[in-house]
Amino acid sequence: MTASPGAPLSAAAPSGGALVARPKGVGGGRRASPLQRSGRIAILVVVIGYLGLPLFAMLEFSTRGNYGSRSLDSYAAMLNNQDLIDGVTTSLQIAVLTVVGMLLLLVPTMVWTVVRVPRMRRVVEFLCLLPLAIPAIVLVVGIGPIYRWMGQHLGAVGASPLTLAFIDIVLCLPFAYRAIDSSLRSIDSATLADASRSLGAGWPRTIFQVILPNIRAGVLSASVLAIALVLGEYTISSLLSFNTLQVAIYLLGGRDPFISVAVSLSALVFAFILLIVIARVGGGGRRDQREVEEPAT
Amino acid sequence: MTVASPAIASNGHGVGVTFEDMHRWYGSVHALNGLSIDIAPGEFIALLGPSGCGKTTALRALGGLDEVDQGRILVGGKDVTNVPTNKRNMGIVFQAYSLFPNMTARDNVAYGLRLRGVDTAARKKKAEEMLELVGLGAQASRYPHQMSGGQQQRVALARALAIEPSVLLLDEPLSALDAKVRRGLREEIRRIQIMIGITTLFVTHDQEEALAMGDRVGVMSAGRLEQIAAPTELYDRPKTRFVAEFVGLTNRIPGTAASGSVTILGTNVPLLDGSANSGPVFALVRPENIRVVATQDGSARVVAVSFLGSLCRAQVTLPDETLVVAQMSASEAGDLQPGTSVRVSVLPSPVFAVAD
Repeated sequence: MTASPGAPLSAAAPSGGALVARPKGVGGGRRASPLQRSGRIAILVVVIGYLGLPLFAMLEFSTRGNYGSRSLDSYAAMLNNQDLIDGVTTSLQIAVLTVVGMLLLLVPTMVWTVVRVPRMRRVVEFLCLLPLAIPAIVLVVGIGPIYRWMGQHLGAVGASPLTLAFIDIVLCLPFAYRAIDSSLRSIDSATLADASRSLGAGWPRTIFQVILPNIRAGVLSASVLAIALVLGEYTISSLLSFNTLQVAIYLLGGRDPFISVAVSLSALVFAFILLIVIARVGGGGRRDQREVEEPAT
Repeated sequence: MTVASPAIASNGHGVGVTFEDMHRWYGSVHALNGLSIDIAPGEFIALLGPSGCGKTTALRALGGLDEVDQGRILVGGKDVTNVPTNKRNMGIVFQAYSLFPNMTARDNVAYGLRLRGVDTAARKKKAEEMLELVGLGAQASRYPHQMSGGQQQRVALARALAIEPSVLLLDEPLSALDAKVRRGLREEIRRIQIMIGITTLFVTHDQEEALAMGDRVGVMSAGRLEQIAAPTELYDRPKTRFVAEFVGLTNRIPGTAASGSVTILGTNVPLLDGSANSGPVFALVRPENIRVVATQDGSARVVAVSFLGSLCRAQVTLPDETLVVAQMSASEAGDLQPGTSVRVSVLPSPVFAVAD
């Protein structure tokens, strides 16, 4: 902090630091002109319309009753459709397995890379981003024989749709990597790990008690992305002949489009609620982010 | 400042540390090149050197955060070269802020105690004692982001000391702080170190810090220890050209060396060991050993005068256009002004001389 000549100097706190909160709005930019504000509102309306109209159309379609009335029969019928219930159950189980597998694979690997072998960071990043460049169909063609072999030789386990979690872990790597990486970059992981270890902690304790709590937001984001990806994944499940949520919705669409659309809308709302809940949980521990400066001189 | 509790102050026994012919390569870079140092129990050693000289590598090797390729590290006579860092019981304060962001100051300080199985009440009491020791007793419930940089480094110091480490390692802990906080904190660190009596290795590139804090200061260059000595000896009697040029300000004044002395500006000055000792040389003369007297018939001329509080520095050009810096008390500087004619002489204190 600097003081202009002649200005009174603020006293340093006895503990050695005058705590100074950064004033709100500092560096916040210029006040927008009326034209700019109108432009922003117009963009907002277009975006909301673009995203909201299909949802509204789905709601309108799925609640159509007889003779122009409104009905929730399609939503009630969802609960009685065993194929659909199986698909939802399977997808949720795959989502849980995918999140757990992805976190177990990615978090220790990324922390280890950042802390111990930073030169490998680019390699890990490249490997994690690779699935973005591989179309799902190519992945299925490549991995299909393995699934066939698993189905023939590993019995019920090999034929289980839960094995899709292996592919989904690979598919969600690019998104999960980015989310966790940005969290890891926001803290000095290497120094924190050194500090923890110098105080007597081993690696597991360092990762779980020091690193993980400080990248919680990234881990939660990665989990949300993984769940969203699993719930929305259709191509691979369909080509490998597994009944998941999206496959069930597709098949249902041929028989009863009203239920199919009701399920789609419900899945979107579920994902939306999940996002809000996880964002709340992720931000729950966020503390007052005051900026603190050194004592005034 | 709060006085430490007797429980903390009674920990007055340090251990000896020995670096034995340590080598460390990073690819083709020889970061440690035969480093050997003996540190006495309770001694405060400051390692000083430019960036990349190997001082932090040495500290990290002692802390177990880096391996050495060759050589041994002895702590209290015991070989710890291959002991993992979490078993070494070293307290480390890092250059970067290293408090755990998800923990309060109290929890940060208690972290090492928790790992040692200290019960909740005892570790809370100890953590608060340590925070009192560094003057932050009232900040125990604050999170790192609610504290200033200086406060964070104090908590880091308290955290490092709470585990009653065998050696305290300070890796440029003050470099991220502004000048005033840095000066205050360095005096506090030194006071606490003397009070506790813990063996301390302090790494810095700041000469003033090293000379002010260290019982002895080791100057490193290119992985080697150039000289290790008490601050006054290091300053007054450098043993190598690097130390003479790196530590403090020096003037390169041409002269002629012969028979263990050099003649510069008309004065015969004894040469230090290791100097170039014959023929034309450059003597490395401290600014405070140059005397400037204003006189009408002076052949030198003042170029600039800098006021440094109680001291003044004057830049003077000699008749052969050599620029020298002289340092004197503000009262001695009197009415020296740019353009003043002066006579320049050298005090007969021993100097280091180099051939080129």
